[in-house]
Amino acid sequence: MTITNYIKLEFPSYSANESFARAAAAGFAAQLDPTLEELGDIKTAVSEAVTNCIVHAYPDSIGKITMRLRILEGEKLEITVRDWGRGIQDLEKAMQPMYTTGGEERSGMGFTIMESFMDKLKVKTHVQKGTSVTMLRTIKQRRGRR
Amino acid sequence: MKISTRYADGKLCISLQGELDHHSARQAMSGIAEAIDATLPRQVLLDMSKLSFMDSSGIAVILKADRRLKENGGRLFIDCPKSQPLKVIEAAGVDRVVDIICKREVTT
Repeated sequence: MTITNYIKLEFPSYSANESFARAAAAGFAAQLDPTLEELGDIKTAVSEAVTNCIVHAYPDSIGKITMRLRILEGEKLEITVRDWGRGIQDLEKAMQPMYTTGGEERSGMGFTIMESFMDKLKVKTHVQKGTSVTMLRTIKQRRGRR
Repeated sequence: MKISTRYADGKLCISLQGELDHHSARQAMSGIAEAIDATLPRQVLLDMSKLSFMDSSGIAVILKADRRLKENGGRLFIDCPKSQPLKVIEAAGVDRVVDIICKREVTT
């Protein structure tokens, strides 16, 4: 696997950082010359992953979140969002549409949207140790782009 | 995010402007609830034409507004969402619950 470029960001789980995270991801992804729709998909998936950390990993405290973006061979963008929070007790249940433990302010659609907006989604979680979400999206090459 | 409201003849128009995410969802929910409770409208037009971004937090906002209206016999319409919020709405299946229109006036 050849990595052609990468960034790694670390930020506290303040909800104000949700917009920063998706703007940073979009800024990094821009070098792949994505369409506006692809950029919108990336921002949406990042927003969902970071919000999960803020709401579920650190419900009563402020903790560390890292976001790593890598450009892999074949115009693939890999995004990994990681926390060191509570972890997910029942991952299968958590990934079901409309299931949420976040109360009426949450829709339970975060993982569903990440799955449908990205090509691949992989979740690793350990209770009381944290969760990492890795998403992969190939940016389609457009004719005459380069 | 900015919320502005306009009411006339039993119809309430709520305009959302900016980005609707978890950070701004609580403000949006309370702003919408206050406007509905103050006017008890028959119809609410949620104008999303100036909403540049929405994630699944916006789905919870829409569904909560829809529930609140239905409790009082009202109906919610989503007006002119841009392509990114529309894609989220469709991915969540909310377009099967709430009507999406692209008109300034609710005619039904």
